[in-house]
Amino acid sequence: MMPYIWAFIVGGGICVFGQICFDVFKLTPAHTMSLLVVIGALLDAVGLYDPLVDFAGAGATVPITSFGNALVHGALTELQQDGWIGVITGIFSITSAGISAAIVFSFLAALVVRPKG
Amino acid sequence: MAVKSAGGGSKGYKPVSMSAKEYKAFAQTKEPSRSVWTNCIRAFLVGGLICAIGQGIQRFFMAAFDMTSKQAGNPTVAVLILLSVILTSMGVYDKIAQWAGAGSAVPVTGFANSMSSAAIEHRSEGLVLGVGANMFKLAGSVIVYGVVAAFVVGIVYWLFGIGAWHDTSG
Amino acid sequence: MILQGNRSWVFQNPPVILATGTVVGPDEGQGPLAAEFDLVHPDLEIGQPSWEKSERALLEQASDIALQHANLKQGDINFFVGGDLLNQIISSTFAARTLGVPYLGVFGACSTSMESLALASLIVASGAGKHVMAGTSSHNCTVEKQFRYPTEYGSQKPPTAQYTVTGAGVSVVGEKGEGPVITAATIGKIMDLGITDPFNMGAAMAPAAVDTIQSHLEETGRSPGYYDAIVTGDLAGVGHPIATDMLKRNGVPMQQTQFLDCGLLIYDVDKQKVQAGGSGCACSAVVTYGHLLKRIAKGELKKILVVATGALLSPLSYQQGETIPCIAHAVSIEAPS
Repeated sequence: MMPYIWAFIVGGGICVFGQICFDVFKLTPAHTMSLLVVIGALLDAVGLYDPLVDFAGAGATVPITSFGNALVHGALTELQQDGWIGVITGIFSITSAGISAAIVFSFLAALVVRPKG
Repeated sequence: MAVKSAGGGSKGYKPVSMSAKEYKAFAQTKEPSRSVWTNCIRAFLVGGLICAIGQGIQRFFMAAFDMTSKQAGNPTVAVLILLSVILTSMGVYDKIAQWAGAGSAVPVTGFANSMSSAAIEHRSEGLVLGVGANMFKLAGSVIVYGVVAAFVVGIVYWLFGIGAWHDTSG
Repeated sequence: MILQGNRSWVFQNPPVILATGTVVGPDEGQGPLAAEFDLVHPDLEIGQPSWEKSERALLEQASDIALQHANLKQGDINFFVGGDLLNQIISSTFAARTLGVPYLGVFGACSTSMESLALASLIVASGAGKHVMAGTSSHNCTVEKQFRYPTEYGSQKPPTAQYTVTGAGVSVVGEKGEGPVITAATIGKIMDLGITDPFNMGAAMAPAAVDTIQSHLEETGRSPGYYDAIVTGDLAGVGHPIATDMLKRNGVPMQQTQFLDCGLLIYDVDKQKVQAGGSGCACSAVVTYGHLLKRIAKGELKKILVVATGALLSPLSYQQGETIPCIAHAVSIEAPS
């Protein structure tokens, strides 16, 4: 039960930060999401995001911040394995599933469905 | 500048002469205030719910396919993306979002919604120039900034020789 | 001499609005004025495969209805003055193609209804045309797609945002006949007081409305009390109070008349999810041609001044950090004497 509660609280909390960006700082959704992705990347850079994932589970892996986390993971893992070239070759290695799924499903949706307004 | 009419006498109304700064301040006093509290509560509830659902899906994959929590991460995200695309296709996601705000935009479901909504909308311009070219209209900046940030982090790590980085295997 | 002052036209032989045609979508059909429109569509698609084609269909239908009501054929129309919000005013262009009538395309964003009506009146009053059609259209989905986000995208609209009216309004103006008459028009100047937020059009457009109203009153020598109602196009819930305040500060006695707004009339702002109120080219067009002219016909109003307001930004100008330049055109419509 507890994992669900923490997932709810942490995930909800990250969303509240996003809402404050919308309403108080008047940022557009695109600006806010870009900001969150960069924050996720930077938190992982200083080693803080993984402990958050261990603690909050999906509360940390579902928000868009985890995308930044995964991109950094990819870069740093390959950096360790292959040296400096790994910074370029590894970036998408972990996030590939999410991006590929989004592209394929969006494409299929566009074939089948019309916008409803 | 006050305009004088040719026929009747000038009424001498004060002309519209506020400076941009004055007007912006004035207009702001007339803006209905956004209910920040209400919006944050709604974002918290919906965002938390989506993450809790994600937690449940992750547990399912771990149990049914004997995966570790890290391994279950990818299929979990894929399932959430599929759900978001389905809700977008049904024309429902934007209605939820008006209520939930960041609660539906911040989770990865918002990312999938931004891509599928753009793809669906631009179908009328064809599959290549419409769907293909416009799919990343909204999601593109997220990907660009994420990749650039990861690159910078990687270069900094490399430059400062931060070798033994925390292990992520498993 | 038609010109009075710097930018007002006063028509000694007032042209007549012979007939109108108004077509709207489902949201307007659920609003308080639903019964006053000629045709209400139950869905946004209008049986077409794309939003852009839907908007075109609206304008074509409104034109057909206006011609029917005027008992005229396409061949009787000298000119069609039209415009809309889409890039290259494509809806009007394709409607003009269907109409097969000489075409003057104009871009005034949401002020197009009165811009086109003023020009149509000028053409008729100066003897340059016998029958001139003036029309405009807008569609909620085409505008969202072009100016803001894909229609299924989940973005939360702030309370200052306005809801684009899906509809089309067309009028046929002639030298003589039965119908309300156009006695004067004032052409607007670009007013830009530095608002940059495309989700707050009302605040951007209010100064333009104030400037045009004041110029109109000064140049025609009329006071607000001359009119039974002065109606702005789509200032809605945020812009209308701003304009009211500004007019008061500038010493204009608006309390002599009713100061209304089409964007607040077309929807039930409390019940329908339209944030601050209606906007779009069709807003002022369908409310004027559908609702206000009917009130004139019933005798409830004798003289009105319709001040249509437009925000002339482009999707790119906003992204490049530009402010929103706005304009307002005023046309005075009176019951036949």
